[in-house]
Amino acid sequence: MAETVFAPWDDPTEKPLIRFHNVTKRFGDFTAIDDLTLDIFEREFFALLGPSGCGKTTMMRMLAGFENPTEGAIELAGQDIAGVPANKRAVNMMFQSYALFPHLTVWDNIAFGLRRESKDKAAIAARVEEMLKLTRLEKFARRKPHQISGGQRQRVALARSLAKAPKLLLLDEPLGALDAKLREATQFELMDIQEKTGTTFVIVTHDQEEAMTVASRVAVMDEGRVMQVATPERIYEAPDSVYVADFIGDVNLLHGTAAPSGEDTYVVTWSANEAPVQAASTRSFSTGQTCHLAIRPEKVAIHKDKPEADNAVQGKVLDIAYLGNLSTYHVELPTGDIIKAQVANTRRISRRDFTWEDPVWVSWSKTAGVLLAE
Amino acid sequence: MRRAILIAVPYAWLLALFLIPFAVVFKISLSDIALAIPPYTPTAKDGIWNMLSQLDFENFIFLTEDDLYWKAYLSSLQIALISMLLTLLVGYPMAYAMARAPEQWRPTLLMLVILPFWTSFLIRVYAWVGILSGEGFLNQFLLWIGIIDAPLTILNTNIAVYIGIVYTYLPFMILPIYSALDRLDGSLIEAAEDLGCSRIKAFWLVTIPLSRNGIIAGCFLVFIPALGEFVIPSLLGGSGTLMIGKVLFEEFFSNRDWPVASAVAVILLLILIIPIVLFQRNEQKQVEDGK
Repeated sequence: MAETVFAPWDDPTEKPLIRFHNVTKRFGDFTAIDDLTLDIFEREFFALLGPSGCGKTTMMRMLAGFENPTEGAIELAGQDIAGVPANKRAVNMMFQSYALFPHLTVWDNIAFGLRRESKDKAAIAARVEEMLKLTRLEKFARRKPHQISGGQRQRVALARSLAKAPKLLLLDEPLGALDAKLREATQFELMDIQEKTGTTFVIVTHDQEEAMTVASRVAVMDEGRVMQVATPERIYEAPDSVYVADFIGDVNLLHGTAAPSGEDTYVVTWSANEAPVQAASTRSFSTGQTCHLAIRPEKVAIHKDKPEADNAVQGKVLDIAYLGNLSTYHVELPTGDIIKAQVANTRRISRRDFTWEDPVWVSWSKTAGVLLAE
Repeated sequence: MRRAILIAVPYAWLLALFLIPFAVVFKISLSDIALAIPPYTPTAKDGIWNMLSQLDFENFIFLTEDDLYWKAYLSSLQIALISMLLTLLVGYPMAYAMARAPEQWRPTLLMLVILPFWTSFLIRVYAWVGILSGEGFLNQFLLWIGIIDAPLTILNTNIAVYIGIVYTYLPFMILPIYSALDRLDGSLIEAAEDLGCSRIKAFWLVTIPLSRNGIIAGCFLVFIPALGEFVIPSLLGGSGTLMIGKVLFEEFFSNRDWPVASAVAVILLLILIIPIVLFQRNEQKQVEDGK
């Protein structure tokens, strides 16, 4: 199967749809966006992920035209869009609150944007029907927004923002108001619609699972800066900073000093009493350099007896978090550090091998962790 | 039982203070003028049956014969309608500015709108006499800056009446519109702009329709009392200002023709019932919409 992988960001000849050029945005003394450079490509589903106040919403509002950068330039399809007002941009936005017009029916809400640019009634009607079909809202066309459910409102908002076939669709926490089950279903629906329409989506979210599920690439942001931009797999498996490793998912962090011990392998001394651990890394470290070893809990195994493994340390079970499909064991080492080990509960009603206060061994291979400088 | 009492209170209030007085006024309107105390006949002293048999619609027929009355009604409607529109034109921008003002300013602005109520209504209308009269502040100011050579005649004209009504009823227009605009979600305007509206277009297509209920409420609250207004036209208006409130006053106190005055009042009430019913309906619809 020679299927080409969608990865325009790896192709140097590809022109980005959106380009942030050293963009800075200040509100008075507060710097919301700090010298940010970023490319987003056509047909991408791009996620801006970060804690609240990290500047992700400001970035989106600059794309929509509600804010202008203080410094730098934003290009859309090669053209600087600074100063182009929101109503003249081929960009539409789906608001966090949905911002549906309460005095208009679902049909009129979707037709609202179309009516601004065209007088052709038949064409508008055809496009609205198309959108209603895409979002499975045909039955609710004549209802007012307060007469439909939250999930339906979310779909109306999506249909309305897609109706004008924008080059770029912005989604501001689009699923925030939905309950967990509906959110999951809607995530796949969003991906499906994105694929069908071929529109570039930029989604703002603080929910990492959501970002990982829907996005082709994720930008992790903190305090107005982009910490890392990569595919969800790379963000999770190969974070390039402690911040990203810690922000996405659960992680065990060991702080120590590195010493080379072979080609791309290092010995990390992390405790005066415990044996050093081995770690593979393509990033090079000099002898004695401070480093952080980040290991995902699911890559840590837990045993009764000392295992044959690259790295093994002894401790005792401090806490057990039962999540249904998984159990996370918090193992306290003699040094006081806590290592989390995650085990899949593959068998139904199996007796648990370990319980509180049990002495156990935790182990991981040398390729399991990521060695980070900062 | 407790519910019945709770409901009974407002109904008893309406019965005692509206329905019974109305019945009394209606009965007088069917009577004839008399040189007596009270100045009409028949009264209950003549015996109930005797009294009822002597009532007739003579006074209502008289109202249709003398064109003073229907002209006064029409002129009142016209003045009330124009004042309502003027109040809307002045009040809407004020309410809009208040709703867009920084959060910490709004209570103060709201207070300023209500503040005039702390002074007696009569004193405030008299103050306008001082402002609008030939030697009043307005004329002196205009003469001083040289816009006019001779004092303008504003007092004792319809213009003074409009100024008075707009001034007096402005808070009743501002408050409901403000409350509608205050609830308006700012992201709706952004959504309209995002979908291709200019600022002005977004205002017409989103802000105005969503403040419609406030506009309607404000218009009724101005129109209804303005229609029967007496103090403002009699203090600020001139001999040419024909308003039904003034006619009513004259019939009662100058002519001492209580039956005709009562007939005028009954007709005024009937005219007012139409907008009041419409107003009630609008309020009810608002409640049903849950907005």
